[in-house]
Amino acid sequence: MAEIAEDGGGGHKKGGKKRAKKQSTKIDMTPMVDLAFLLLTFFVLTSTFSKPKSMELTFPVPPKEPTEQTKVKNGVTFLLTKDDRVFYYEKEFRAKPEGENAATDLTELNFSAESLHKFMLDKNKAMQDAIKALDEKFQKRQLADTTYKRLVREVKADKNSYTYLIKTDDKASYKNVIDLIDELNINLVGKYVITDITKPELDLLNAKTGG
Amino acid sequence: MSKKPSKGGAPSLDMTPMVDLAFLLVTFFMLTASFRMAEPVTVDPPSSIGKVTLPDNHIMVTIDNDGRVFFGISNTTAKINALRSMAQKYKVSFTPEQEKKFTGLPSFGVDIKDLPRYINASENERSGFQPQKGVPNDSLNNPQLKDWIAFAGREAVLAYNEAKEKAETSGQDFKAEKPRYAIKCDGKTKYILVKDVVKTFTDLKIYQFNLITSLEGGGTVLDEGKPQNGL
Repeated sequence: MAEIAEDGGGGHKKGGKKRAKKQSTKIDMTPMVDLAFLLLTFFVLTSTFSKPKSMELTFPVPPKEPTEQTKVKNGVTFLLTKDDRVFYYEKEFRAKPEGENAATDLTELNFSAESLHKFMLDKNKAMQDAIKALDEKFQKRQLADTTYKRLVREVKADKNSYTYLIKTDDKASYKNVIDLIDELNINLVGKYVITDITKPELDLLNAKTGG
Repeated sequence: MSKKPSKGGAPSLDMTPMVDLAFLLVTFFMLTASFRMAEPVTVDPPSSIGKVTLPDNHIMVTIDNDGRVFFGISNTTAKINALRSMAQKYKVSFTPEQEKKFTGLPSFGVDIKDLPRYINASENERSGFQPQKGVPNDSLNNPQLKDWIAFAGREAVLAYNEAKEKAETSGQDFKAEKPRYAIKCDGKTKYILVKDVVKTFTDLKIYQFNLITSLEGGGTVLDEGKPQNGL
């Protein structure tokens, strides 16, 4: 294939007689290989194989009445602020003590395995266990694909489970929001939403951070 | 042992199969490679466990560190049509060459009035293009981003439907996906800036997004102690 018959090449100068001289007709392929691999390397390095990965997120439809406050039963509200700080409170927000309920106080968490991850793990234990049980059944082929998906959806939409609200002030970074949503996803949370922070919440947050 | 020693000279190796292989691979990579034009801005998205690959058919809004907004459409037909609609609305005219050149641009972050000049600029000039302030997103006075999204969304759906119809009439498989809206944002960006863009989308009754994130690698604290479940 790579052997080229040379005729009239150098080597038969002596005499006019054509003499079949035993001479290698092989071409040195090494430079060609070099070139081919150079091109190969170039294309391997420049081509982009991986498409970017993404996280699907649905934002809530804004309420028709701007003053309308969404009432959330069993809510956990995260408040994000500057310097990667995150606070949370449970249930409704109370600026002042009402009856036997004390005023809302914020508890600080941070984005580490011991803090936020553990907190979420504890909060969402029941749901995670339920989904894990379904998972096991599915693995053992006791459940059909569609039934499994439906049951997981049902567990996630459980009325008594927590709803997580994510609110940020003006200084919070996008990374923190994504990290928090990611943590919720890791813990198989079914209901979470990003909403606007309210004035009393912001005041309390500012008092906490001293900003 | 049983082989005879070669009769002097350098031992030669037949390189032919190697050349064959190398060129085969070169050909493969040449044909599969899709070259990307340099993005006007580099953003470093935060990591997540999200495994959804971004659909090919997407409309992407990129937000950089300083809150500048860049806009890009993947579908070329939709891109040209959206440009025409924008040109009509903002009374800017584009030559057919400029329209063609525009389809090759990945994303842009300039006012529509500066866009012809931006298109004409060479690739080197574009990186230092002034004023590359991002697509204006002033909902009251200058809602260019909103218009871009609205036009691009409409055109992308039209292009999708057309392709679908074409495929159905000719009896071919139709694999394309519906256009999706993607937001790509730098991790250090203030969330409030992202919120403005999300507001622009929700004003247009678009509530579903793909947020571009990089794949979770080592390094983040959150990686430790993750529950391993099959979801």
